[in-house]
Amino acid sequence: MSQRLIFEVGKPGRKGHSLPRCDVPVRGIEEIVPEEYLRSSDPELPQVSEVDAIRHFTALSRLNYGVDNGFYPLGSCTMKYNPKINEDVSRLAGFSGVHPALLDCAVQGCLELLYRTDLLLAEITGMARVSLQPAAGAHGELSGLMIMRANHEQNKEEQRKKIIIPDTAHGTNPASAAMVGYEVIEVKTDSRGNIDPAELRQLMSEEVAGLMLTNPSTLGLFEENIIEVAEIVHDSGGLLYYDGANLNAIMGITRPGDMGFDIVHLNLHKTFSTPHGGGGPGSGPVGVKKELVPFLPTPVIQYRNGQYMRDYEQPLSIGQVKSFYGNFAVVAKAYAYIMSMGAKGLRNVSKTAVLNANYLMNKLKEHFYLPYERTCMHEFVLSGQTQKEKGVSTLDMAKRMMDYGFHPPTVYFPLIVKEAMMFEPTETENREVLDEVAEILIRIAREVEESPELVKGAPYRTPIGRLDEVKAVREPILKWTPPRKNNE
Amino acid sequence: MRTPEGLKYTKEHEWVRMEEDLVYIGITDYAQDSLGDIVFIELPAEGDVLASGQTMGVVESVKAASDIYMPLSGKVKKVNNALLDNPESVNENPYDSWMIAIEPTDASELEALLNQDEYKKLCAKED
Amino acid sequence: MFGYMSGTDSEKKTMLTEMGYQSMDQLFHDIPAKVRLIRDLELPTSLSEMELAGHMKALAKRNVTTEEYSCFLGAGAYDHYIPSAVDHIISRSEFYTAYTPYQPEVSQGTLQAIFEYQTMVCELTGMDVANASVYDGATAIAEAANMAGRITRNKEIVISRTVNPQYRKTMHTYARFNGQRIVEADYQKGATDVAELESKINSETAVIIIQNPNFFGAIENVKEIAALAAKHNILLITSVDPISLGVLKPPGELGADIVVGEGQSMGNPLNFGGPYLGFFAAKEKYLRQMPGRIVGQTVDGKGNTGFVLTMQTREQHIRREKATSNICSNQALNALAATVYLTLMGKQGLREVASLCLQKAHYAYSKLTETTIFTPCFPQPFFKEFIVKSRYPLNELNHKLLKHGIIGGYDLGSDYPELENCWLLAVTEKRGREEIDLMVKKAVETA
Repeated sequence: MSQRLIFEVGKPGRKGHSLPRCDVPVRGIEEIVPEEYLRSSDPELPQVSEVDAIRHFTALSRLNYGVDNGFYPLGSCTMKYNPKINEDVSRLAGFSGVHPALLDCAVQGCLELLYRTDLLLAEITGMARVSLQPAAGAHGELSGLMIMRANHEQNKEEQRKKIIIPDTAHGTNPASAAMVGYEVIEVKTDSRGNIDPAELRQLMSEEVAGLMLTNPSTLGLFEENIIEVAEIVHDSGGLLYYDGANLNAIMGITRPGDMGFDIVHLNLHKTFSTPHGGGGPGSGPVGVKKELVPFLPTPVIQYRNGQYMRDYEQPLSIGQVKSFYGNFAVVAKAYAYIMSMGAKGLRNVSKTAVLNANYLMNKLKEHFYLPYERTCMHEFVLSGQTQKEKGVSTLDMAKRMMDYGFHPPTVYFPLIVKEAMMFEPTETENREVLDEVAEILIRIAREVEESPELVKGAPYRTPIGRLDEVKAVREPILKWTPPRKNNE
Repeated sequence: MRTPEGLKYTKEHEWVRMEEDLVYIGITDYAQDSLGDIVFIELPAEGDVLASGQTMGVVESVKAASDIYMPLSGKVKKVNNALLDNPESVNENPYDSWMIAIEPTDASELEALLNQDEYKKLCAKED
Repeated sequence: MFGYMSGTDSEKKTMLTEMGYQSMDQLFHDIPAKVRLIRDLELPTSLSEMELAGHMKALAKRNVTTEEYSCFLGAGAYDHYIPSAVDHIISRSEFYTAYTPYQPEVSQGTLQAIFEYQTMVCELTGMDVANASVYDGATAIAEAANMAGRITRNKEIVISRTVNPQYRKTMHTYARFNGQRIVEADYQKGATDVAELESKINSETAVIIIQNPNFFGAIENVKEIAALAAKHNILLITSVDPISLGVLKPPGELGADIVVGEGQSMGNPLNFGGPYLGFFAAKEKYLRQMPGRIVGQTVDGKGNTGFVLTMQTREQHIRREKATSNICSNQALNALAATVYLTLMGKQGLREVASLCLQKAHYAYSKLTETTIFTPCFPQPFFKEFIVKSRYPLNELNHKLLKHGIIGGYDLGSDYPELENCWLLAVTEKRGREEIDLMVKKAVETA
């Protein structure tokens, strides 16, 4: 079932807005702005009534699947339930209507919220201070790596231009490293899913700026050699960067700072339950150890003489990484979440997330190949390689899951596992849901044995079938073209 | 998987064919098969001088991008620009779809490349 | 404490036992004892839902808001009216609780909305292709500068000083680490000095960056600057106010190669600076160099039209360190708000909004400059923002206006030392004549 484009709905003259009449004396526009600067024809925007618009976008929303629709085990994305109260409190007019360029004295509530969140996240991660400015995880990585490089430059170690990244890392890690002028060195994961300390030791040199690590890794495994890894990196003058994508496994149990990490970024839209919005907005705070605080992006929020203020006087700062101070409304939701959970609550979140992942893994490991047989953390990776031998790929099975009414896991990632399926059930699901999901996956495994063609043709019950992605690239259609332009 | 006789091969799955003074370079059947439907090709410009092992171009499918490396050093004499509009021909006929022809700097570099048997073994190992 | 978790304690215990574990702690045996936290995190006592609501309201009360105050502050974030329907749509949880549309069969809502958004951005800017959005107006410029560097293989960026100071600061941060050099070109009479701009161009130059209307609200001669870029065979990036495009000529028609801008004005609240969205559009020939997600139209096996993320080999999850950018997230929900906003405004409404801003800003300008306290600063035509020079210190003026329920303009002195006591005011369609008159009256009384 396809939904017509909004441009194909509507008629000339229909409108969906109501604006006030102009109550100031009206002057001819040509008197004010030279004609050569003026638009000669209106843009081809829709011409629809409010009800047309509402029905169109409501219909579109019904083609989507969100956490509120059901189980969403997308690995490394932490699709936990997004509490409703957090939506309400972040939308209070006292936040949404605040202009970011207002004087400090007029925005004490916003500044206090940012300051408090900074300190709460610092405590959770074992860092000294946290900047809330980065807009998303990748932006936090970029800012964190800028801090790393600024620090080495300050220490007259400009030659440190290489960064070590495991082969299991998210693509954003090497991409962010490239944007700060770093050369990426890949370190291989061993058969237990850890970094091999011997190999790491060999890779370290005076040219290496540091190591970027996701822990637990994208295999859902805790880095067992973390203490040794940290020592190796620090002993040769490097810094340790923590990719916080998987923090949901360890809150209140261990802290990146205690493991030896110097720089941390978090994804508030993962661990701290702010909704993903169909791909954003996110928020990617970056936290650092005490020695690195002077390099944090400006402004830093400070509390002085009973007043909260924006501090731009940070001579060593990397500077601003975006306009203003971050995705405030997203930060507000994360703040509300932490305030409603407290210390015990957050620890319970991580424990339950890890329990749920292990429970599901245990139910599935007899039916799918499990490449790393260890207690997993908040997520685990299966391989569809057994099914692939029958001619059915992980992608086919992922599409089949949709027919049974739930979202597939992350597929084909991490890259080092063939036909990978990465499941992250999160703490918000209960046992019945996990049992039901396990049963369906086992049924799909049986379907692969008995009727592989059925799985290969999936999905059957979604609004649309499998789409031709090759055609989308070979004959790109990236916007709607108005009929008038077709005639030209 | 086809691995014609008389060509030389690289570990990165390029093929090489000597024709008069020029060396024609393309990607192998194995390479096109593991990439899937090729949707985009980027090639160097005529006159570029590239060293052995240097990136000379990119082939892309929908979900993967793969660099093409120079099997031996040389100067680019001809570029098969027709492929750019018809990347699927690499899927259909990988050994007719040469990408560039170079004038080798040192023809003896050819000796170091794999022959048909060696390349077949390599592919079998990678599967 | 309310954990938002569904499982009960006894249920969890059973699950543990079934797996052969004695305690929850056993699940964490891979974590070395030495790095385990042996205390509780030091966090405030957890709040119930009711307490949380009260706590957040108390914080919110300590802010000055456009809800209660009359706002004349702009400088990159604007108090435009947001039709009620926008919030109703973006509050549908099928939209806001979904992830990135990697599985198109269950994400057609998000994908089609982005396709419609891309179309609207192209229509507004007069460009060929648009992406699904980037973080904000500042990072959009930084990404565009990177892209221009890749296209031209040059390292130097010439940027006008009339571009938003925050955007320039962000660019300087990015450039410090990515090897680009930024050269700033001064302005004359409130608009980019084209002769000075040309003098900064050399064989290393990749691109010229301008903003229109510029940070002072003035309308730049984009056509002349585009001709300059073309003459030197370099690119032109223009950052634009989308609302202004209801009346102003689209930059695509004027010769821009990449068009970016802050999209907050289109249906997104001020939110103390974010989340906003950066829109990003370019000429078709640069498509493969664009950063960020792009949605394309295609068909399924039965020939039904559908939408997918496309051209993904540009992106970090495939190309890793060779990607066109590290960006992963777009501002999907903010872009959806912009799409709904533009849908409701439509062809006619956007022109109406733009005209209202233009008329009201000019009314406010003439009222202010009629007084003895404020004098004109620059002679350029402007859109919804303008500068007046004040005889009275602005910091005090703005503080005193707040007491009368008025949010005054932006003090330019901090970013432009030569513009001390120059007041940048924004007037949107939300300001009525009485509010404008009152602002002028109170400003004069205060002084």
